[in-house]
Amino acid sequence: MQVTMTVNGVEYSREIEGRMLLVHFLRDVLGLTGTHWGCDTSNCGVCVVWMDGEPVKSCTVLAAMAGGHEVRTVEDLADGAELDPIQEGFRQCHGLQCGFCTPGMLMTCRALLDKNPDPTEGEIREAISGQICRCTGYSSIIRSVRWAAVHEATSAREQQEVAAQ
Amino acid sequence: MSTTQDAKLTEFDDNDQKPIGFGRMLRKEDARLLRGRGRFVDDVQLPGMLHLAILRSPFAHATIVSIDTSAAEASPGVKAVVTGETLKGLGLAWMPTLSNDVQAVLATDKVRFQGQEVAFVVAEDRYQARDALELIDVEYDVLDPVIDVRKALEPDAPIIRTDLEGKTNNHVFDWETGDEAETDRVFASADVIVTEDIVYPRVHPAPMETCGSVADFDPVEGKLKLWSTTQAPHAHRTLYAIVAGIPEHKIQVIAPDIGGGFGNKVPIYPGYVHSIVGSIVTGKPVKWMEDRSENLISTGFARDYIMRAEIAATNEGKILAIRTNVLADHGAFNGTAAPVKYPAGFFGVFTGSYDLQAAHCKMTAVYTNKAPGGVAYACSFRITEAVYLVERIVDVLAYELQMDPAELRLKNFIQPEQFPYTTKTGWVYDSGNYEPTMRLAMEMAGYDELRKEQAEKRARGELMGIGISFFTEAVGAGPRKNMDILGLGMADGCELRVHPTGKAVVRLSVKTQGQGHETTFAQIIAEELGIPPADIDVVHGDTDNTPFGLGTYGSRSTPVSGAAAALVARKVRDKAKLIASAMLEVSVADLDWVKGSFQVKGDPGMSVTIQDIAFRAHGAGDLPDGVEGGLEAQICYNPSNLTYPHGAYICVVDVDPGTAEVKVRRFIAVDDCGTRINPMIIEGQVHGGLTDGVGMALMEMISFDEDGNCLGASLMDYLLPTALEVPDWETGFTVTPSPHHPIGAKGVGESATVGSPPAIVNAVVDALKPFGVRHADMPLTPSRVWDAMRGQATPPI
Ligand code: FES
Ligand code: FES
Repeated sequence: MQVTMTVNGVEYSREIEGRMLLVHFLRDVLGLTGTHWGCDTSNCGVCVVWMDGEPVKSCTVLAAMAGGHEVRTVEDLADGAELDPIQEGFRQCHGLQCGFCTPGMLMTCRALLDKNPDPTEGEIREAISGQICRCTGYSSIIRSVRWAAVHEATSAREQQEVAAQ
Repeated sequence: MSTTQDAKLTEFDDNDQKPIGFGRMLRKEDARLLRGRGRFVDDVQLPGMLHLAILRSPFAHATIVSIDTSAAEASPGVKAVVTGETLKGLGLAWMPTLSNDVQAVLATDKVRFQGQEVAFVVAEDRYQARDALELIDVEYDVLDPVIDVRKALEPDAPIIRTDLEGKTNNHVFDWETGDEAETDRVFASADVIVTEDIVYPRVHPAPMETCGSVADFDPVEGKLKLWSTTQAPHAHRTLYAIVAGIPEHKIQVIAPDIGGGFGNKVPIYPGYVHSIVGSIVTGKPVKWMEDRSENLISTGFARDYIMRAEIAATNEGKILAIRTNVLADHGAFNGTAAPVKYPAGFFGVFTGSYDLQAAHCKMTAVYTNKAPGGVAYACSFRITEAVYLVERIVDVLAYELQMDPAELRLKNFIQPEQFPYTTKTGWVYDSGNYEPTMRLAMEMAGYDELRKEQAEKRARGELMGIGISFFTEAVGAGPRKNMDILGLGMADGCELRVHPTGKAVVRLSVKTQGQGHETTFAQIIAEELGIPPADIDVVHGDTDNTPFGLGTYGSRSTPVSGAAAALVARKVRDKAKLIASAMLEVSVADLDWVKGSFQVKGDPGMSVTIQDIAFRAHGAGDLPDGVEGGLEAQICYNPSNLTYPHGAYICVVDVDPGTAEVKVRRFIAVDDCGTRINPMIIEGQVHGGLTDGVGMALMEMISFDEDGNCLGASLMDYLLPTALEVPDWETGFTVTPSPHHPIGAKGVGESATVGSPPAIVNAVVDALKPFGVRHADMPLTPSRVWDAMRGQATPPI
């Protein structure tokens, strides 16, 4: 079947099997290998991408179901050389080790900050509770999100000040 | 240290440090991993690449009567279907394991565990390969399985390893350490003897990335390129040369980015060999990537020790001796990754951190109809089991003596002046200073206040527990005089080249799976040569481009390869000194090394930097007599001893009396891994290990039903901790350098996985003290805790 979707702002049309998972479409068909795969049961969350701005587990979505929707993956977070604040937070606070869970964590945490710019420790734990990291023990991920929250708040304040002047 | 949560969460380290050498430094590898530009095995896409899927046995023990592959062969996109019979014809049906046993690459005669490899399909895409598996028709004759390890040696037990000539039972090995007669004598004279049966259940490392490989065999060149999820690329290359008969120089093993290993990626799995065979047979690159349930049911498990622990002491709490009897379940093939002379790994360190008069261990290992493996899950060769045994039985002793467990430990520590200390089982602990580490953990925890709080809560019927563990690990295998894996000595090569402009490349034999080698090793070279880490490229995970060495596991990278890196840099520095003396026209004796440059003694104005020297080394102009051009060196480091990190862990739990649910409220970890290269990375290693500990102590277990069906075959059944099950970790450190390591570092990768399970179990048992509980086995799930509260605790197996 033919599927057409927008991924990271670019429209793609491809001929695929109806049963193809979105994660395989992104990885094998489009070559966007930043999104990972880690389990058979929708438990690990290394496959999280956005569909229409909402984090989804791309192993649990058929590529066909994403037809007509907007998908965003980890490859779209950085603006050229400049990292998104959530990526910078992970870098500053050692929020990643092997990096395998990282793309999924980044997408979930970016979505969290967009909805809730000042999340508490408990809110962050809750937000990533559908995802597993075997390396970091989560504390540093939580700090990374807080780093991004604090720095985004600071730069928003600075922008307001500049605008006010 | 801040105490309020908000303060803690907004307190960030000074992140702009760019040390030339040791200190907190952000990781070099993060730039690609954060952008989704890592390159993991499954990311490798080659033109014309085919996909491989494996048909696995649904039975734990069954004879293969027949296999019909015709329908599968006719299935769309299928390029090859291979069975054990095909491999037998090629002499490839069996391969050696890391313990000198053999393992079936594909089953020929019978299957010996659920999930064993029976056939594989190579097809144009993943979906087609899996479709074709459904069409392979295998007729099995089901046999009685051996699942209960305690019954494996009964005379009427079915024989699993009928492939081994003359094998009439399921016995793998007997092993013994320590002095039995002396231990019995000390036990006979002791005031108190305490015995407890302690089980360390079967668990699985379950890295987020499963195992897989891409094989690309070029029939014209006769060269095999293999991308694979391996922690030990060089050891694997040698084994492939032996198994597949491909000359070693024609094999290139590439371990690209690895999504966590934890020991799961040390063994060679049949699937890797399948991809090689698949590529040879089809003439195309072939990718194999297992799914999660394949990973959990067929790849290297960990632990599975049934231990009887006995401890002898005086009435005052002086520990005299420990003895133990162990029954070890090795699964269907003995695939334990351990040095040849150490069939039980380093379990001999079960004497712990205490000054004993005697110790003895007797062990029997058996085959069962379960997956092979045995050493994995961030465990330096069975130290996890050893530390759990001693730290649990010491707590049981404290319970019987009605002593505080911290006080009991403090009373029995090996004293600083006793190092190097030879244990009663023959291990030579290099250095240690235990009391300050323990005291720091107690201070960070507020130990006395916690005990007060606990007393108040108990009076109100609330269940709060405080658990302690104090561990000494033996890591950094190992000295080649007595340690090898399949005959390969456990030394590590390292090669360093300084380019003309003073930038450098260092090539390692070890391989990161998230530990941050690209950063840490750059820092080691930077510390020794004064070249900024940003100017140092770290190359690893490619056998064509790195020197030989045995890989990363058992916390061995820093103790072995880290030493190699420091020494190779010193070799370069020695040569640089000769060149500097010519450049400055003074004798070498008149030069001082000030990190990054040589200065004339007493005249700091007269100096040359390492970068100046590098240019001169490659430039025109004379060099001193006997000095060759270039600035590079190579080394193979053979450690003279293991290193022995230690640590003190304190865990605080609350148990819900109504639901028996355990909540880990706080966890304080004080580690001493000697010299600290990058504290940020060390802390990360500790955090990850502590999380493993929560998993093992409270959630994780690979269990089987009586037919041998694996009951932990998915992440719905094999539970791993999420962010909701773990607290915000509190870490601290002391520093006792290793005397024989060139920079004094000891390794830390596995400390927390080893040290945390006993602290958590001790805490839960402590919480259940009002119920008269003195021991309960992992995993302490609500139902098992509930049973323990009612005096009905049972072993998990
Ligand atoms: S791959 Fe595990 S949840 Fe999607
Ligand atoms: S960084 Fe390795 S799984 Fe999260």
